[in-house]
Amino acid sequence: MTTQLPPGMHIETVDEKIMTLNVGPQHPGSGHMRLIIKVDGDYIVSCDPDPGYVHRGEEKMAEYRNYIQNIPHLERPVIHDSSNILYPYCLSVEELLGIEVPERAKYIRVIAAELNRCIYILYWLAIYGIFMGHSTMFMWPAGDRELFIDLLEAMSGARVTHAYLVPGGVRNDLPSNFEERCLRQVEYFEKRLKEYEAVFYQNPLLKARTEGSGILSRTDAIRLGTTGSVLRASGVDFDVRKKEPYDVYENLDFQSIVMKEGDSYARSRVPYLEMFESCRIIKDALRKMPKSGSVRTKLKPNPKGGNDEVYRRIESGRGAIGYYIVSNNRPEPYRVKISVGSFRNLICMPYLLKGEKLGNMPAVYWGLNYWPVEADR
Amino acid sequence: MSSGTDKDVEAKDTGEEKTTGTKPESMSKDEAKKFYEEKGLDLSPDVPVKPKPIPEFEKSLADKISSKFGDKAHVDYVRSDRIRVTAKREDIVSVAKFIRDELKYDHAESVSGVDYPDSKEIEVIYHLGSYTDEKLGRQIFALATRVPREDVPNPGSDMSRTPSLRDIFYSVEFHERECFEMFGVYFEGHPDMRRLLLPEDWADIPPFRKDFKIKGR
Repeated sequence: MTTQLPPGMHIETVDEKIMTLNVGPQHPGSGHMRLIIKVDGDYIVSCDPDPGYVHRGEEKMAEYRNYIQNIPHLERPVIHDSSNILYPYCLSVEELLGIEVPERAKYIRVIAAELNRCIYILYWLAIYGIFMGHSTMFMWPAGDRELFIDLLEAMSGARVTHAYLVPGGVRNDLPSNFEERCLRQVEYFEKRLKEYEAVFYQNPLLKARTEGSGILSRTDAIRLGTTGSVLRASGVDFDVRKKEPYDVYENLDFQSIVMKEGDSYARSRVPYLEMFESCRIIKDALRKMPKSGSVRTKLKPNPKGGNDEVYRRIESGRGAIGYYIVSNNRPEPYRVKISVGSFRNLICMPYLLKGEKLGNMPAVYWGLNYWPVEADR
Repeated sequence: MSSGTDKDVEAKDTGEEKTTGTKPESMSKDEAKKFYEEKGLDLSPDVPVKPKPIPEFEKSLADKISSKFGDKAHVDYVRSDRIRVTAKREDIVSVAKFIRDELKYDHAESVSGVDYPDSKEIEVIYHLGSYTDEKLGRQIFALATRVPREDVPNPGSDMSRTPSLRDIFYSVEFHERECFEMFGVYFEGHPDMRRLLLPEDWADIPPFRKDFKIKGR
């Protein structure tokens, strides 16, 4: 071949022993994304992730709307973790506009973020359960998730897309008797969560499938720049809530969950253990929260950012989310870049799937805590 | 930064008319001020200008860069937990190597492009962080470079190209692919410079450039 191919194009060589499979993009348990997998018999030889089927141009859309109008659409990439994806946006805009957030609002935001983290992890756990062939583990988390959805509905008025966090605080104050209701439900959930251990995590079939599969070493986890539960399951103690505490996280009592194994089992267990910590944070925040006071600093209509830029990050259910916002004295941001955990963890999918059995793909895939819609933005 | 002189402009172009009742078109500056004060609206500048002290630890890191590279690496700002350095694209590989080996940053969190059609440049920014060094846990190092921008882009075959940092920070692999398709910046030395998110048959200009308009807007 002498012809020069344009950049981005390549010629594929065909090997008779190797079969190419398209996993996805029609939601075969992968969300709308495609994995181009080559198999030799039952073993995966290579995997080429092909995301982008749910790319919605959130970053481009943000350039056409002002800082307040951007709130409801920026939560769309992960609707069941919407407080956490809005959190760094609010922090960035507050830094850009120089807004101080009232103390009570900081606690309410932390409570909303932790409730939302539980909603996300339970949703993920339900799908993880059903893909491991464990239908009880679909029913239980999907049912228990309603507890937190009800709480956030009481807070914000919406079941899923809350748009509750806004630059300057939260949209509205907590309803009356929220504290005791929240405490009651969280305490019930903590008891319930312990039952998951026996029915799912000590299940010998689950252990046989996931222990020792898809091992990501500590060095590789750092080199590949993974984040969130994937990173912490490989023995790296990095949680943005601990390392770079935002709002009131430094006053609250919790610890980051780290496991050393780096296999699929550890990756599926870290988020589960994190829910216990979330419950601790919520209970602690309810105790320490000021009982009254303002919950929102009013912004001017159409506020303008200066000639400045800002990068803020938080820890979400899937890893760190960072917002890079460039402003040029206009009411709209000049450029918004969202760096999300799912996109950063995508890079280790080819590494982990190589050499796995095809039937074990869901265990590795779901262990990565990957959410296609968030990765595509 | 917006300043106090923005006040009269502010009074005209904000959407306050809709929410706070009708405002007569012809209104002097003082009248406008009174009008807004009666409504209880604050007319102070949007961004209060507060001089912040330069943090020492971040300053020491930035000083290491400037003493090693001098004019080749320009320190844009040093703030608490954030440093930003701009290097020419010829030097970016050596600066990045220094950041990895001497300053102990070990991964990239994001690679962003920012399009500046007026100065005919595209800026590529790497946000670097560290997992291994305890002291750097809070820090983000922004390493920026600028590449020329062509009005009629031909991604991969035009002047918009810069050396890839994939050999130094492995984690930039997918981020650089995204930057390539969205801005048309080709990363030389990247082993797999294919499209990632866009469809294979995308025939328009790279969509995150400023001259790509959303339809109807």
